[in-house]
Amino acid sequence: MTPILPLVVLALVVAAMLGHVAVPAVRPWAWKAVGALGAVMLVSLWYFGLYWAPPEQFMSDVGRILYVHVPHVWMALLAFTLNVGCAVAYLMKKSWVTDALAESAAEVGVYFGAVGVMMGSIWARPTWGVWWDWDPRLISTTVMLLAYVGYLALRSFTEDPERRATWSAAAAILSYVSLPIVWFSVRWWNSLHQVQSNPSTVDKPMVAVLRWGAVTMLCFLFVFIVKRYEIARSRQTAAMELPPLEAPRAEVA
Amino acid sequence: MKRPSLLGAAWLVLKKDWQIEWRTRARLTAIIFFSLATLLLFSFAMGPDIVTLRAHAPGYLWLGLLFASVLSLGESFRVEAENQALTGLVLTPVEPRAIFIGKVLGNASLLFVLSLVLLPVAVALYDVDLGRDPLSLVLVLFLGCVGISAPGTVYSAISANARARDVMLPLLLFPVLVPLLLAAVSATKFTLQPDPQEQLGSWLKLLTAFDLIYLSVGFLLFPKVAEED
Repeated sequence: MTPILPLVVLALVVAAMLGHVAVPAVRPWAWKAVGALGAVMLVSLWYFGLYWAPPEQFMSDVGRILYVHVPHVWMALLAFTLNVGCAVAYLMKKSWVTDALAESAAEVGVYFGAVGVMMGSIWARPTWGVWWDWDPRLISTTVMLLAYVGYLALRSFTEDPERRATWSAAAAILSYVSLPIVWFSVRWWNSLHQVQSNPSTVDKPMVAVLRWGAVTMLCFLFVFIVKRYEIARSRQTAAMELPPLEAPRAEVA
Repeated sequence: MKRPSLLGAAWLVLKKDWQIEWRTRARLTAIIFFSLATLLLFSFAMGPDIVTLRAHAPGYLWLGLLFASVLSLGESFRVEAENQALTGLVLTPVEPRAIFIGKVLGNASLLFVLSLVLLPVAVALYDVDLGRDPLSLVLVLFLGCVGISAPGTVYSAISANARARDVMLPLLLFPVLVPLLLAAVSATKFTLQPDPQEQLGSWLKLLTAFDLIYLSVGFLLFPKVAEED
């Protein structure tokens, strides 16, 4: 496998996502196709990650967790970015669609983030000798995760749907803004995490497998969000009488 | 009647909050005794070793302030929930943003007074040296109190009407305040203890940046939040 191959698959997956959003006719089967692709890629990721890729220079086989750990955290960040995008869109123009999408992105993001942080902790034990450490990326991901758990709690504790949508959108923006500040503050405090790698410092097969892992997780992220979004939409329409949305209040000069 | 400007209206809201506070002084008294108890508990939990206590005093001081701020911020919009006072406030012909500025200043000033009260207590309990750089110390306390109040005011407006509001506020607020806590504790440490590498300046910058970012985000978000109250 070359580092280009995952990018070709990525283009396919992105095309399927865009098709799902733009063409209602493909919605019944596009997510199934992406899910099946993800399952096939996951099985091949076991082979590529565990046998095909060379062991890491310093960490040997422990480093192989990279191929699932890093993609999980990337997907969490992607989901939270989608969430905050929906939050901004909701505050600009009220819509139940962006509210439902924000809810599903946050929940799926919390799942990916929690698994990613746990795998990072498992990796840290043999590598650093500790389960937990003062590292900017570790702390900022965890803080982000806590903030989004608070976000989900706020959603479940607010009954009025319109209040819930507005308040959680505000909470999402406030939490997302804190991410870079957390990162900087912890970096100034102390740092131990290895310097972020880029493709030029990493062996080619490892780049290829990492990208393969990322595209695999992207497939699952897409399927999870699509299904969770459908649940959110049917909850909105079935469980409550939706009140008519009032027009944005005119600003008083 | 002439319509007040943004800052004029904010001043009126601030004056109203101070007046409510001054009539009973209940909130200030409550948070002062609450944080006194917290600081005392820290010194019990850490044992009588004065060297450890002195080294960790900035952390205890800010945790005491942070815990007290949750009580104080929660109360800030609870008084408005009675008789739907906030609805009345939002319906007045002033910008809702003026309410935000007034409320932030009200909360920040209350916390700032609390932090000044806690300083002599920190001397008594943890034997810290306030004379090293008192002006910077007061600046750090002020910036930290504004930093807690800026996101805290938005979250308090949200959680005042949510179910389980007492749990909701810290759950939402604490993750956001992590960088503020780091910066405020470090900056306070370098005003109380020697600062050989001159790190105080960069922490002060981080505190200022945090305040400015959250003041502007809150300024933009608050009208949307207040509309739903």
